[in-house]
Amino acid sequence: MNDSSLKRTPLFDRMVQAGGRMVDFHGWEMPVQFAGILAEHRAVRTACGVFDVSHMGQVLISGPDAHRFIEHVNCNRMSAEPGKGTYAHILAEDGGILDDAITFCLGPERFLAIVNAATADKDFEWFQHWSEGYDVALDNASERTAMLAVQGPRAPALVGELFPAALALPRFGIAELPFAGETAFVMRTGYTGEDGFEIAALPECILATWAELILRGGRHGLVPCGLGARDTLRLEAGYLLYGADADETRTPYEANCGWAVKLQKGDFIGREALIRRKEAGFKEKLTGVRLLERGVPRAGCAVRLGDRKIGELCSATFAPSLGTGIGVGYLAPEAWEAGTRVAVEIHGKTVPAETVRGAFRKNNV
Amino acid sequence: MFDEKNCKFAKSHEWAFAEGGVAAVGISDYAQKEISDIVFVELPKAGAQVVQGKPCAVIESVKAAADFYAPVSGEVIAVNDAIVDNPALVNQAPHGDGWFFKIKMSKPAELETLMEFGEYQKTIQ
Repeated sequence: MNDSSLKRTPLFDRMVQAGGRMVDFHGWEMPVQFAGILAEHRAVRTACGVFDVSHMGQVLISGPDAHRFIEHVNCNRMSAEPGKGTYAHILAEDGGILDDAITFCLGPERFLAIVNAATADKDFEWFQHWSEGYDVALDNASERTAMLAVQGPRAPALVGELFPAALALPRFGIAELPFAGETAFVMRTGYTGEDGFEIAALPECILATWAELILRGGRHGLVPCGLGARDTLRLEAGYLLYGADADETRTPYEANCGWAVKLQKGDFIGREALIRRKEAGFKEKLTGVRLLERGVPRAGCAVRLGDRKIGELCSATFAPSLGTGIGVGYLAPEAWEAGTRVAVEIHGKTVPAETVRGAFRKNNV
Repeated sequence: MFDEKNCKFAKSHEWAFAEGGVAAVGISDYAQKEISDIVFVELPKAGAQVVQGKPCAVIESVKAAADFYAPVSGEVIAVNDAIVDNPALVNQAPHGDGWFFKIKMSKPAELETLMEFGEYQKTIQ
């Protein structure tokens, strides 16, 4: 791997030193694993793990109309309470999903949106386009911001050693806390189904945070984790992966995120189309499947009900915490009810499975 | 159990340990490290005929699937069910409890087309 067109995060050298197996992830050279996906997955479920998520994007939105603006570009009711974040989808005018993001209220006129890596630049352009008529300043901080995720039941004890005030944060809470002479955004969020934190700051501050976490982490069972474990953890937790499980052809309702749509809150981009599309009804909905026999499903595997194909999987893997294969795919209405017996086609073989709604195991958040 | 220094290797990283017309087969230590985290193995059934260089088993890790190519031709006379129940054995002991199956060789001369351990080591460096 020595492709100069690939982007590297400020933590790249640390990842290589820690034994990361580096791969091309949407144009970023990122670690897919260190010791191994199973060991890293287990560490996050039982102790804690640290992930470099510096590829993700950060957009700062400020000004007198900042809250009104984020309400307009997100489909959920967005918190205006300082210290609180809200998960939402950013929709196109036709109701299709452009991205999923968490937007945090930092103060009455200041917000921070954490967006996906591959969509960060497009999101920023989208925000700029729609900011006309709003008294807001938009700042794409993605390039100058690094980010770590520390996840697992031991994460609070470890992160609390560096950021004592982080322990008081509720789920989806954020605080601006001092570290190494800088200020870091510390958020009680994550993508694993476990308690944990995400920490975003200038690269020097994140490098210092990484060093301190590694120094102190041993006692807490901390291991460096790659994108492989991030994917198995998030899929077990029932979390959406934008680009794989949702894109601009799908609405939040089909993506099983209707809970994040608040039609009553007033106008927002995509609202009219969502109402229309909801009234027309949907033919497919993102539905989980759990294999009842041995096999490892992959994205692209067909899902059958009787002898009829009712969809295919868009994300699938062996689930380390369940010891079985799981996946999600857009399936026909007959399979929407949890527990429906279906079958997944793997290498020409038909493996029995049942449908699941939401998380594949109880999340500890 | 099947000391790698006494095994012969295919370019596709399978090994064969021959003894009296029967070859035990498996994957190399290099291959298990590359594949990593093996969570599923599908083996041929006893009695099946396998052909040198043709896929006859499937190895799945968390991230990907890999084919297992028969290093020699013949009839499968025993399979290691232990790795079906506990695929991690392949990672833990690729030349021991992680062996795949045994082949009654129909063309023992095929062994000559495989690499000695030293030669194989050079190809993976």
